[in-house]
Amino acid sequence: MNKVQERPLVLRGGRVIDPTQQLDDIRDVVIIDGVIDGIGQGQGTPDGARVIDATGHVVAPGLIDVHVHLREPGQEDRETIATGAASAVAGGFSSICAMPNTDPVVDNQGTVGFVKSRGEAAGLARVFPIGCISLGQRGEQLAEFGEMVAAGAVAVSDDGHPVMSSHLMRTALEYARTFGIPVADHCEDTPLASGGAMHEGVVSLRLGLKGIPAAAEEIHVARDCILADLTGGHVHLCHMSTRGSVSLIRRAKELGLAVTAEAAPHHFSLTHERCEGYDTNAKMNPPLREAEDRDAIRAALADGTIDCIATDHAPHHYDAKEREFDDAPNGIIGLETALSLALRELVRPGLLSLSTLIERMSCAPARLWHLPGGSLRTGTVADVVVFDPDAEWTVDPGRFRSKSRNTPWAGEVLPGRVLRTLVGGRIVFEA
Amino acid sequence: MTSLLGKDLVGLERLTREQITAILDTAEPFKEVSERPIKKVPALRGKTIVNLFFEASTRTRISFEFAEKRLSADTVNVQSAGSSVSKGETLVDTARNLEAMRIDMVVIRHGASGAASFLGDRIRSNVINAGDGKHEHPTQGLLDLLTLRDRFGSLEGLKVCIVGDVLHSRVARSNIWGLRHMGAEVGVCGPATLVPRDIEALGVTVFRRVEEAIQWADALNVLRLQLERMQGGFIPSLREYNRVFGITTEKLTRAPKDLLILHPGPMNRGVEIDSDVADGEHSVILPQVTNGVAVRMAVLYLLAGGAPDWATSGADK
Repeated sequence: MNKVQERPLVLRGGRVIDPTQQLDDIRDVVIIDGVIDGIGQGQGTPDGARVIDATGHVVAPGLIDVHVHLREPGQEDRETIATGAASAVAGGFSSICAMPNTDPVVDNQGTVGFVKSRGEAAGLARVFPIGCISLGQRGEQLAEFGEMVAAGAVAVSDDGHPVMSSHLMRTALEYARTFGIPVADHCEDTPLASGGAMHEGVVSLRLGLKGIPAAAEEIHVARDCILADLTGGHVHLCHMSTRGSVSLIRRAKELGLAVTAEAAPHHFSLTHERCEGYDTNAKMNPPLREAEDRDAIRAALADGTIDCIATDHAPHHYDAKEREFDDAPNGIIGLETALSLALRELVRPGLLSLSTLIERMSCAPARLWHLPGGSLRTGTVADVVVFDPDAEWTVDPGRFRSKSRNTPWAGEVLPGRVLRTLVGGRIVFEA
Repeated sequence: MTSLLGKDLVGLERLTREQITAILDTAEPFKEVSERPIKKVPALRGKTIVNLFFEASTRTRISFEFAEKRLSADTVNVQSAGSSVSKGETLVDTARNLEAMRIDMVVIRHGASGAASFLGDRIRSNVINAGDGKHEHPTQGLLDLLTLRDRFGSLEGLKVCIVGDVLHSRVARSNIWGLRHMGAEVGVCGPATLVPRDIEALGVTVFRRVEEAIQWADALNVLRLQLERMQGGFIPSLREYNRVFGITTEKLTRAPKDLLILHPGPMNRGVEIDSDVADGEHSVILPQVTNGVAVRMAVLYLLAGGAPDWATSGADK
């Protein structure tokens, strides 16, 4: 990234949490030439170093989000790669993986290269492109995984469009093995979910909205696990939302299948009752489910059945959400609220330790998707987040770095303030 | 001025028994207005009302228009085909433009559930829901309640079964809420593909066979079967629907008592209801239409801030 020689940096006296070293203690972190030089107690200060007092704060590997929508190319009124990356670092993320459902879609080495170079030009979070599974996300012909990986793609996905053809999913999983990349699937049986605006249940019944049954997700989760078994390929299940999906994944993991999964903050925080009053900021796909589903997602994040937290950051122009529920687009932005929601919904109730949270938001995505960072071991790139888990802040969408404002948490007081985000040893965000 | 009903009438779910009773009581003197040679009272003189219909409707729109005119309001009808809506204007822009013209009330019919509350939340004028998607059709629910009350005297303990496509029906939802608030027992009956899985959570009893519903009920509210449900794969054929779920004289003769027959219209004769039932002595399908005007007059009058006890004196003017 930035080749300008940075001064050495010392993050002094913070609570350093690094699950890759089973570390959770007060330490100094020394960064030289963009990599972790060492972690110790009372370390000497290198010549010319900038010393930052981290007393009372958490110092951890920078957060990594494997599922964001940056809207560039094509929908720059909602977000650009630069504003998305700015939003990411403000939320403590040092790396983000950009879904390919832009306009045009990212289904060849040219567009992969475009996304990567725009990310580098922004110089904020690392931006890793995800290529399409199929050309044009049409679900017919495989895209050129090899060319896209050579240009910088770290995974493939037709996110937003379920892969309805089991044959295509099978060949994608087989072919992806050559390149060691995960195939990330948006699990949804299209005919079963067709026209649905929210979770099918008593709330959809009362509101008169067409529901999406949990089965629409679970059928594809089951299929993908079976195909992972058939092919030995790595299937990554996007934005899991139902208790049935959790038990299917648990079973797949017991069988030792190469299945990994993510859950979004809204699915461990909110339930379908949030759609009352036709609040379009509660409209997403997969939809907000029932309390039992939310609780199963929380438990799965606690025990590792679900490997990581990913935001599914989905910017929309405010006009687009200001309309009839049926016609409003799906999704909310998530990068700047994810850590706070995880602290409020998972850590404060005692479901996850802070260390496990860092595992789910940094170490696991780095390890499973073969991304840099996710650790503070000596010699690792110095992607670091410093945050105060106890400081509270009020969500003011007008102050988001993201270009969009579509959040259901406007006005809420959340715990956890990101103070600094470092990428390659460079401070790219400072509160 | 806050009316007895609040600013808008979006649905019956959130109304109280007292509010519903007030509407039905207010409708009583308005029934008589429609029987006069000069069918007009000055209750809404000087008020402007827009009837904003984004979906085709004949009966509901005409019923509202008569109700408004008999209360002396000035009305404008906007149909989606002839307005800027067809040019792609959003509902929120339509709302702002109406607001800018300083209207007093909007009656809205829209294909999207929640459209009426969406509009009500964004304009100062009173909003009346004339049917939003699959959500509610409150004035239809109210006219059904009034018709049942006319025949049975009270709704308390009355057993009413809604028969047909409950899944897609706003009439069903408004009836369920209204009847439950008033102390009636509610059954629903239809093909399992057209009865929502969670419907019992609304406090209703599900009958799988219409024969069982007929044994149980005092009255049947027979829903219109949208003919496109066949293409949607919910039922195999209209013929089979009529045979299994259609209300026929043959099925009704096995009932332990005479059942009152309601239908919100328009009817598919020979599909959900046979002609001899629709035209029979226990059918109140036309009195429902008559009551529709009175109930809508009551709702308009109350939302405009009228007091229930003025209705009589207002009607006398």
